[in-house]
Amino acid sequence: MTLLKRVIPCLDVDKGRVVKGVKYVDHVDCGDPVQVAQLYDAQEADEVTFLDITASHEERGILLDIVSQTAETVFMPLTVGGGVRSLQDIRDLLNAGADKVSIMTAAVHNPDLVADAAAKIGSANLVLAIDARAVRDESDRPVPGRWEVYTHGGRRPTGIDAVEWAGRMAEAGAGEILLTSMDRDGTKSGYDLALLRAVSDRVRVPVVASGGGGSADDLAAALSDGPNGGHAQAALAASIFHFGEATVGEVKLALLDLGIEVRPPSPDASQERSSPGR
Amino acid sequence: MSTAAKVALVDYGAGNIRSVAKALERSGFEVEVTDSPSVVLAADGVVLPGAGAFADAMATLRARGLEEAVKQTVQAGHPYLGLCVGVQVLFEEGEEHGITPGFGIFEGRVERFPETDSDGSRLRIPQIGWNEVRFQGDHPMVAHLPERDHYYFVHSYRPVPTDSSVVAGICDYGGNFAAAVANQSIFAVQFHPEKSQQAGKRLLDAYRSWVEETR
Repeated sequence: MTLLKRVIPCLDVDKGRVVKGVKYVDHVDCGDPVQVAQLYDAQEADEVTFLDITASHEERGILLDIVSQTAETVFMPLTVGGGVRSLQDIRDLLNAGADKVSIMTAAVHNPDLVADAAAKIGSANLVLAIDARAVRDESDRPVPGRWEVYTHGGRRPTGIDAVEWAGRMAEAGAGEILLTSMDRDGTKSGYDLALLRAVSDRVRVPVVASGGGGSADDLAAALSDGPNGGHAQAALAASIFHFGEATVGEVKLALLDLGIEVRPPSPDASQERSSPGR
Repeated sequence: MSTAAKVALVDYGAGNIRSVAKALERSGFEVEVTDSPSVVLAADGVVLPGAGAFADAMATLRARGLEEAVKQTVQAGHPYLGLCVGVQVLFEEGEEHGITPGFGIFEGRVERFPETDSDGSRLRIPQIGWNEVRFQGDHPMVAHLPERDHYYFVHSYRPVPTDSSVVAGICDYGGNFAAAVANQSIFAVQFHPEKSQQAGKRLLDAYRSWVEETR
């Protein structure tokens, strides 16, 4: 036995509620973040991720409250990101109970932030999040092997090559890459395997696949180490869990059938499904 | 009527202390979060949690007189549970951000994972996620634990004991490493029971049994 692949429900948090959108718009209310995290803990998720998608200054307090309430009631790893601007923001989230903190836009604005934070808090708790979109030619066809980094919730292109950026930030001290394909996010049409593979093969830290996971087959493809797989160490998914299409345990059993080594659900794992608006 | 076992949870600025406190309470402990050596010495057991860097942890523990308190309480036979950095500081030295001396209770060093796996493929560092630990030996904790269980790890460095007889749990990442070490009054693990759902609860329940046996 060795390290297992992870299945991670992702909770996008807006004004204190879990929401789920399609390509970053059209949000549906999916419940109270603390309760939703408790349900995924009972389903034996390997980790949960909170992404604060508004993250305006006045809402930071709400997020910190959610993180500390969650950390006091669930005994599972918790990653938090969205609007993290400084070393102090990182410390505040860790002190509130986050195990890992992810940074994105702030790293683009200040590439030294990752190295500074890694020196102070260590790499293991520091995640670099990347929102990437396929570069398109003049006929709007994706250019193979090229993806661009976007910031501000996917609205602002940066001109930075996503694969190179991942490599550079991992070398600077990011301990994990959370890689979202904006072309796929919310579409449930499968992860961007070529993007995942390019980044996973470029960096020497774990990579978390995000954007497009709509079924256990999609997660299996992202987590596969085969020549056509995504080579990722963990897969993030939202819709399939929030809308009650499957429990974490059901997805894991399907992954085990597909030959992906994950932590099997115990007999005590909750069979209760999530539902929007809980 | 017996009262709940009291543990001192050592607060030296490690981030995840509240999660650890809650997890210990769930296993029936009365928890006192403290940076006071006298509280550490008076408790039935002492828990040293961790997250972050070895050097920072050692500097704070020394400055607050907690290294000495922990050594004394261990010598007095009070059960010590170390988590993550709480296992690392027990060794002679750590190599994260330069060489830093540790408590030196166990011989050996805390070293970064090797760059390649045992089969020659590259190893991703840090290890993040769930991995299996196989327990061994005759420590009282081991008697209360399943033979093997899955726990959550997040770390780039791990202990490399000189004396293999102190190894109480083995995990495979870049080859086998010591995920748990123990002696008479110490049981310390590289993983995070407070984040390991039911497996973590089993381990903290085992700790409670051990503390109660030694009271």
